[in-house]
Amino acid sequence: MSQAVAREVTVLAFAAYADRLGWRRRTVALDGAATVGDVVAQCRLLPGGSVLPPSPLVARNARFVALAEAVEPGDEIALMPPVAGG
Amino acid sequence: MAESAAPWVRVTDQPLDVGALLDRVSGPDAGAATVFVGTVRNVNDGRAVTGIDYEAYEPMASRELAAIAREAVERWPGVRVAVEHRVGTLALGEASVVIATAHARRAPALDAQRFVIETLKQRVPIWKREHYVDGAWSWVDPTASSGAPVSSEGDAGLERPA
Repeated sequence: MSQAVAREVTVLAFAAYADRLGWRRRTVALDGAATVGDVVAQCRLLPGGSVLPPSPLVARNARFVALAEAVEPGDEIALMPPVAGG
Repeated sequence: MAESAAPWVRVTDQPLDVGALLDRVSGPDAGAATVFVGTVRNVNDGRAVTGIDYEAYEPMASRELAAIAREAVERWPGVRVAVEHRVGTLALGEASVVIATAHARRAPALDAQRFVIETLKQRVPIWKREHYVDGAWSWVDPTASSGAPVSSEGDAGLERPA
């Protein structure tokens, strides 16, 4: 019998978001979540989640995406504060 | 100008070598070369800075740097570009980013240089946490009106999550 892919994604948090959430990496179950925005909404319910603004900068598999982007099991979602490099 | 090699980009925790990056883009066909060096400044928004931690989302930071460098080559055909960004803890005066460009003519070299630094600051997933002389620290939010930290500050000794 083939092994099903667990219906979950990996979420990464950076900088000020990681500080307030208390984690840099965690697994989030896709309970009915269809978009990156749904995953963000789930994260906003976690302790410290209020640090996430209504429309945070997000990446899916290391590419910037809109919150409406469809999410799939195994994806890596990044929650990013406004970038401050250079 | 000889056909441009693929732009050199790197995110590293090692000190940046300005001369080495200039060597990467220079050549007998390039009449003009430019170097931009971004360094840790001793004051920000009126607060005395003692050092800065840079954090990157790899491999996306390298990927975005490479995309920006390729865009510069597309917009200024013939230009050569090399970019390195440093991560980790930097002291005052240390270089956080070095960008080198070269072209047969100075206008494309200068224009590509400006494009890379301005675009990099808007797109590359890197963040910086400033440390202040009183022991406090804070993440810099460039979208805040004063450039001051917004979401997370702390005192010396505050542990960051693993």
